[in-house]
Amino acid sequence: MKVSLTLRINGETRDVIAPTHKTLLELLREDLGLTGTKHGCELGECGTCTVLVDGTPVLSCLTLPVEVQDRDVTTIEGLAQGGELHPLQTAFSELGAAQCGYCTPGMVLAAKALLDRNPSPTPEDISQWLAGNLCRCTGYAKILEAVDLAAGRMRR
Amino acid sequence: MSAFRFIGKPWTKVDGPPKTTGETRYADDLFLPRMLYGKLLRSHLPHAKIIRLDVAKARALPGVYAVITGADLPEKFGIMPSSQDEETLCLDKVRYVGDPIAAAAAVDEETAERACEAIEVEYEPLAPVMSIEDAVAETGIRIQEYGDGPGPNVHKNVSLEFGDLARGFAEADHIREDVFFFQGNTHLPMEQHSAVAQCDAAGRVTLWTSSQTPHYVHRALSKVLGLPMSRTRVIATPVGGGFGGKSDPFSHELAAAKLAMLTGRPVKITLTREEVFYAHRGRHPVLMWFRTGVRRDGRITACHVKTFLDGGAYGSYGIATTYYTGALQTVTYAIPAYKFEGTRLWTNKPPCGPKRGHGTPQPRFAIEVQLDKLAGDLGLDPATIRLVNATSPFTRTVNHLRITSNGLRECVERVVQASGFREKHGRLPLGRGVGLAVSTYLSGAGLPIYWNDMPHSEVQLRVDRGGGVMVYCGAIDIGQGSDSVLAGIVAEVLGLDPREISLVTADTDLTPIDLGSYSSRVTFMAGNAALQAAQKMRDLLLAAVSEHLEVEPDRLTFGDHRIYDTERPERGVLFPEAATLAEVMFGTLTTVGSYRPPKLSGAFKGSGVGPSPAYSFSAAIVEVTVDAATGDVRPERVWIAHDIGRAINETLVIGQIEGSVYMGLGEALMEEQIFRKGLHKVPSMLEYKSPTFLEMPPVETILVTTGDPEGPFGAKEAGQGPLLPVIPAVANAVYDAIGVRIDEVPISPDKVLTALEHKAKGQEGRVGPKGIPPFRFREPLKVEPPVGWSTPWRQGLPIAGGAPGLPVDRHTGTALSDARPQGLVPFPDEDTPDAASGPSSAEEP
Repeated sequence: MKVSLTLRINGETRDVIAPTHKTLLELLREDLGLTGTKHGCELGECGTCTVLVDGTPVLSCLTLPVEVQDRDVTTIEGLAQGGELHPLQTAFSELGAAQCGYCTPGMVLAAKALLDRNPSPTPEDISQWLAGNLCRCTGYAKILEAVDLAAGRMRR
Repeated sequence: MSAFRFIGKPWTKVDGPPKTTGETRYADDLFLPRMLYGKLLRSHLPHAKIIRLDVAKARALPGVYAVITGADLPEKFGIMPSSQDEETLCLDKVRYVGDPIAAAAAVDEETAERACEAIEVEYEPLAPVMSIEDAVAETGIRIQEYGDGPGPNVHKNVSLEFGDLARGFAEADHIREDVFFFQGNTHLPMEQHSAVAQCDAAGRVTLWTSSQTPHYVHRALSKVLGLPMSRTRVIATPVGGGFGGKSDPFSHELAAAKLAMLTGRPVKITLTREEVFYAHRGRHPVLMWFRTGVRRDGRITACHVKTFLDGGAYGSYGIATTYYTGALQTVTYAIPAYKFEGTRLWTNKPPCGPKRGHGTPQPRFAIEVQLDKLAGDLGLDPATIRLVNATSPFTRTVNHLRITSNGLRECVERVVQASGFREKHGRLPLGRGVGLAVSTYLSGAGLPIYWNDMPHSEVQLRVDRGGGVMVYCGAIDIGQGSDSVLAGIVAEVLGLDPREISLVTADTDLTPIDLGSYSSRVTFMAGNAALQAAQKMRDLLLAAVSEHLEVEPDRLTFGDHRIYDTERPERGVLFPEAATLAEVMFGTLTTVGSYRPPKLSGAFKGSGVGPSPAYSFSAAIVEVTVDAATGDVRPERVWIAHDIGRAINETLVIGQIEGSVYMGLGEALMEEQIFRKGLHKVPSMLEYKSPTFLEMPPVETILVTTGDPEGPFGAKEAGQGPLLPVIPAVANAVYDAIGVRIDEVPISPDKVLTALEHKAKGQEGRVGPKGIPPFRFREPLKVEPPVGWSTPWRQGLPIAGGAPGLPVDRHTGTALSDARPQGLVPFPDEDTPDAASGPSSAEEP
């Protein structure tokens, strides 16, 4: 069975017709060409497919598009504004917090949700908040530093 | 004070920004017009004959465009020339749960799955062999059709003896025998393997794939499809984590290509996470026996090692892995007599292969824990016993490995000092402890996987009249930063910024060869090729600018985007103008560089595994807290010193070291690839435990700069070596904390509690294997050590790319003449070109 949906993604209104059981992850990647959202398990275990819904991180592999109608969905493609990278993106680049880069979109979006709520997180706050996002390359150290660096720059 | 603009400094990696915006296109991000989706049907039995396979119903399903079986691709393949044992889709027999037997291409993934479900398979189950002990016992069950014997499930059986072992043990004041077990674990890259294949109207096949080794995939693709390599093209997409797990040619890549040929449409196959666990090629489980003799002062007199590798059902890199379990112990410790016996066994499990450290973390765990025990027996501190045995720069090992730069002693001293080890060891309160271990790793394997005399890495460089610089190289960035290394080296030589260098990589049509992102070879080998190409380009530009300014070339300097007269710096030209002048003088501005390691293997069978143009060295100290009630081991802090030679990009090097520490801690404490009746016990990212943010302690990284004479700008590897000492350091720290020995990895809470219980009952506070099974290793090949092996042949050598503050010497680096042994001590391998020649030595490294 298919449904007709109107979604608001990165501030744009998009109309799609899709099977009801198709996940938000699949819809973003396969129907809307937003391949910046990655996947590591498609079972809600790794955090890689994180997107923001009304500013809250959700796992797009466990979300049905029908659940997010009339809500604001932000994917990694929606983070840079007017060609200018978000401070988190700049900090991740500078510090090498993105090695293979595959967990990075989900990690950056989850971190954005943290900084929107808490502009001055402690290292413990950052670790707790991001503990659901797995990374196999960095040992998390540079990610922690990058979030901290971005938070400092955003406070100024 | 460094004269370099980028080398040795921290700078933003060139692929950093696109990786943070979602722009980087991984294999599964490719969506081609008319693309179909493929799925593999895999065996659910660990060992069975295929009696009947009927795909008629699957083919008849609407939306299904093709279904193939083993008969469509009967040519076998495998990464090693002598292990051509894999079929794209099994023809007669399945050997592990997950072995693929058919593949379907359909309009979408769901339909492809339904097609696989509609395939009718009839199996005759065979008794499975599931452990080292089962495989060694000659039960009459045979998994593979080949092997060294004596039993039917013995893949490899090797034995090498260097120096006088009997005399070495006779000279020992104290001898220990210990048995260890290192459980297998897997890479768990965040990106699931994915491949997209396309066949154009002219019959030319293109494969985009998340592979660390596009060149080897290219060879396998050509062989299996029966098409010349010139009719196939492999493009490695940016790899979302490899760690060795994407270094083999895989069935899904070959099946996607065949399905694309049959349907005339692009076909994508992306593995599910569960399939990734079964594709595996990860860390071999290894049972190990170590006998080591020492004098009272701690000096090792002899060491005898036996290893039993649980190889899984196919060869993969297993021949090399087997030798690696015996190869590198001698590179950290000057062992005068050394015997290695190793066997790799077939079992009905997913094939094991290379994972970060490839066959060396297991024996490194064993020797480092045993040295800790020996130090305890002798009343020495763990740092001292390592320092008295540490190898020296510019020496050789008893097993014919050539060591150049060597910062091992400095690494030990620096971590001991930074951590306060001597004040802490044996002195912290019960439940808290520190452990030390060291390691080494190759900066690229000295021999290619298939025998040939060609370069291991090649770079083409083009400068256009606008001053644009384009680097073409087969190397693939798997997150380690190879793109940044290429860009950084070229930028440094030409006075540009790494961000300004354009890169075309890992495309067999467009780029010259690089053998792949494995064995920590890219910085060293592709780096040297890039350095050579850049130096040749610099010479062209200098010649043109010299004529224009009427100044001798040796008076000209490459500054910041400008080439100028050193004596009158105001006289100069900007880089784009220099490019124009050079194009007027020479025509199209292209240069090439290539790198081939010197011939380093000894004149004996088995000497091809272990040699490397340079070795990195590391030392790590881990401080842990052990909860005696739960058995939980919590790493509190890690200090690690790494001899990098010289960092090309400090940010990336530290990132590699931190990532290695992380992965080492995961292996030490929780990660295990384990099976129940042939089924993976934990085939998901939730159940397969890996450290999260919350399990990761602070890491203090110390870079030791030694300036290797053959590394580009003195660089050596960073991606694998720093993982190795972490695992035994944890084990040694647990002993320091609570006085029990866990001689088995992972050191999980149940083992800690069992050891504590045993200790409380007055038994030996130890958990680990009791012994090794009886096994007939082959008669050892006895090899004389190199003459004067432990005596340094040279103290200092010029560094490729130039030392800080000194002019760059273009004759070092790729020519390698300066790093060859000189003076009094002849290097025996130099004049024995036959040492490693012929196909047999490539297959039997």
